[in-house]
Amino acid sequence: MAKQSLRGKVAIVGAADTEVGVVSDLGATQLCVDAARRVLDDAGIKKEQIDGLITCNSMAEPYMYHAETIAEYMQIFPQYCMAIGAGGSSTFSVMHHAASAILTGVCDTVLISMADSLRSGLSREQAMLVQASTGHAQFESPYGPTVPAYYALIAQAHMHKYGTTAEQYAAIAVACRKHAALHPAAQKKDPITVEDVLESRMIADPLHLLDCSLVSDGGSAIIMTSAERAADFPHQPLYLLGVGEGHSHEYVSQARNLTTSAALESGKRAYTMAGLGPADMDFAQLYDCFTPTVLIELEDLGFCEKGEAGAFVESGAIELGNSLPVNTHGGLLSHCHPGNPGSMYHLTEAVFQLRHQAGERQVKDAEVALVHGQGGIMSSHTTLIIGRERD
Amino acid sequence: MTDHSGKIFPRPSPETAVYWDACREHKLMIQQCHSCNHFQFYPRIMCTQCMSSEVNWVQASGKAEVLSFTIVRHPVSKAYAEETPYVVALIQLSEGPTLMSNVIECDLETVAIGMPVEVVFENWSEEISIPKFKPAE
Ligand SMILES: [Zn+2]
Repeated sequence: MAKQSLRGKVAIVGAADTEVGVVSDLGATQLCVDAARRVLDDAGIKKEQIDGLITCNSMAEPYMYHAETIAEYMQIFPQYCMAIGAGGSSTFSVMHHAASAILTGVCDTVLISMADSLRSGLSREQAMLVQASTGHAQFESPYGPTVPAYYALIAQAHMHKYGTTAEQYAAIAVACRKHAALHPAAQKKDPITVEDVLESRMIADPLHLLDCSLVSDGGSAIIMTSAERAADFPHQPLYLLGVGEGHSHEYVSQARNLTTSAALESGKRAYTMAGLGPADMDFAQLYDCFTPTVLIELEDLGFCEKGEAGAFVESGAIELGNSLPVNTHGGLLSHCHPGNPGSMYHLTEAVFQLRHQAGERQVKDAEVALVHGQGGIMSSHTTLIIGRERD
Repeated sequence: MTDHSGKIFPRPSPETAVYWDACREHKLMIQQCHSCNHFQFYPRIMCTQCMSSEVNWVQASGKAEVLSFTIVRHPVSKAYAEETPYVVALIQLSEGPTLMSNVIECDLETVAIGMPVEVVFENWSEEISIPKFKPAE
């Protein structure tokens, strides 16, 4: 039997975000339910029509069976129910699990809802544990690395190999902040300059405070169904045209290469499925836990040559109105970053842009977008390509 | 003597006991495959190159170079505050494998990618000594 491609077979028919930033009146569980409630509203369907549910576990309110807990809370009774353990790239990798489930008839309509409250819901001990558990317990953590330090190792290597500068990393933070200023719900909207970034506290050389993403509360959700059924929903469906994963390591000390990531593979796989290339993308939503993450993704996903992303971002190319707007909602750097669900906002923003509902920050005539999630320390990658046209 | 209590102590497992036992003797051990001579770190029950289960422990030369590094300005926890700022580095051993460590016994601002370093051990307790690196003599 020929391998079946997912291209154009499923669509996103609902997208919604909760309030983000500091949301002290809702815990992680309630944020997940709130995101689900909002997306059902957006898609114009009742909870009884959901027969597949995917969530991600929460750090603030973890459950042994997270998706089952959310299903029970909402009193929905899915025939496909799964929680993923982590964020970053896993968040998007569930898209093709959901797509496969829909195509094989396991279920028809999948709700993906993710939330956490890292800002308000995490105890000091939990926060410490999260930080300490990021590294290899025996061979990394004893040396006192912090999460920014892991990414600083990547950033430093790129600077050494390609002459990338701190100013160039800063340009990414500046662009994200400009975009966030146009987003009604973004957590940080005060404009910043390259100088502001360079003058902010040094956290782990070469990363300053403003090179690091936020710590937030928030939830976000989408609904997926088959391309055939998508026409019955109120909004313009957004078709999944390409999806690909790439995985190279878990711990940064085991990375095959510090400056080229498995985004190279995830991107190629997604482009091949879509039959499209980087030049076809009207904008890109790139995982941005730290500024160097974006820089390396721009190169590995083919938006510029290896080693040239520094000059590319410095030229302003990634700002709205220019050749490749990146993170039009402000990203994890300025919109919000509640941990595992973080990359969901890259996706919901892509949906709003492609529906032409992005208001002041609308990318004119946007037809096709690339959305990229990354997890670990440039470890695991998922690339999605979505668009308005099915064929 | 520096108080290391409260730091993140490695907890040796059957797979890694040889490594940590050797560290206590101030020896850096890595694995080498009996079939294909491949060196590897961290310790595993298989060779990552040929899947052979005959992986032997050998003493590393301790000579290495800095593959990348950062200066941590905000410690991971209070227990590390006294030595902050500190260098977290990826160290490539002359045998090939890469490991994470700290570069110590030098002016932090002089640490650079490509800098030759050598192993030195820091005693944290009766059981645990931690391999770190200093500029090569
Ligand atoms: Zn071998």
